[in-house]
Amino acid sequence: MKTDELIDRLAGELAPVSRVAVPRTLALGLGAGAAVSFVAMWLWLGIRPDLASAADTSAFWMKFFYTLTLGCFAFWAVERLARPGAGSRVQMTLLAIPVVVLLVLALVQIDGVSRTARMHLMMGASANVCPWRIAILSLPVFAGTFWALGKFGPTRLVVAGAMAGLLAGAFGAWIYAFHCDESAAPFVVIWYTLGIAAIGALGGLLGRALLRW
Amino acid sequence: MLAAEAQLKALMLSALAGDAAAYRALLAALGELLRRYYARRLRDAASAEDLVQETLIAVHTRRATYDTALPFTPWLYAVARYKLLDHLRRGRVRATVALDDAVDLFAEDESEAALARRDLDRLLETLPAATREAIRQVKIEGLTTGEAAERSGRSEIAVRVGIHRGLKALGDKLREGRSREDR
Repeated sequence: MKTDELIDRLAGELAPVSRVAVPRTLALGLGAGAAVSFVAMWLWLGIRPDLASAADTSAFWMKFFYTLTLGCFAFWAVERLARPGAGSRVQMTLLAIPVVVLLVLALVQIDGVSRTARMHLMMGASANVCPWRIAILSLPVFAGTFWALGKFGPTRLVVAGAMAGLLAGAFGAWIYAFHCDESAAPFVVIWYTLGIAAIGALGGLLGRALLRW
Repeated sequence: MLAAEAQLKALMLSALAGDAAAYRALLAALGELLRRYYARRLRDAASAEDLVQETLIAVHTRRATYDTALPFTPWLYAVARYKLLDHLRRGRVRATVALDDAVDLFAEDESEAALARRDLDRLLETLPAATREAIRQVKIEGLTTGEAAERSGRSEIAVRVGIHRGLKALGDKLREGRSREDR
């Protein structure tokens, strides 16, 4: 086809585009995936029975906000990475903030306690299943974010894939926190972060294959 | 380039709002820019034209990813560069990229380079006006030396030599600055 004909055809197909199309579609993919994950968590693991009283504890909100802030910063980074030529360094750097804050909190908690108590703070009762469950619950969100990102124009496919993975992992972990009854910061900073990072790594590995356009 | 940027951005904004006439004008202008971009980087004219079309389609289908708060041309060239690298990665053709073009082929996203650009502007200020313009046109805006010569009314040789000397002077200044920092 001649380029002039192509231009005619493309101009004929023009429809107005919303300026918030990128964040809106991304939120749509994320929301749909998170809804599926939430139902999966409910049917498979169940919401913790003591949720009402747990909501009075700072441990519950620590997990809630740790995962949520990670998720929000990752969302912002993905929103930038979806656009050719847009910078994303600031957003990716912001991701370190919740991790560092929780790490400090964890170090304060294990400071000066006995070896057994320290082990308990780090391992809890579910360290062997926590990252796996987070990874599995992240998969629907992963599908949703990759679906959305695939409609846009990421130019750094590995980085964009990894960030979309972190985004999915963070919301998978956020949903898992409605089931999980662990309350120690050392546990969360190790095992939650591990589950989230695993999905981030998966996203990085699949970025080139899934996001090409 | 500033005039072109303003013009292209205005057309893009109208197109995003649904103005088909503006969109047609935009695509025609982008076709020209992209043809020059790919012709300088690929030996094979047919695949250059394929890439022009592929990039126009990408501009069309991905137009929502243009952030209207940012300049338009960095977005366009990020799309073009992505399509070029994707094409090269597929390995269907051998690249014919002159060494000095390879610098911008592998350059960082332009918007992330805003800080670097400011430093660059400051460095360029130290050069004579004619040299500065020549470097800006050829190395930053991507004109050929012939086009730059035409614009400035000097011979192509003079432009080439000016750029060479100017770059050398910049290199010396940079090294100077660095060794001062090391001290």
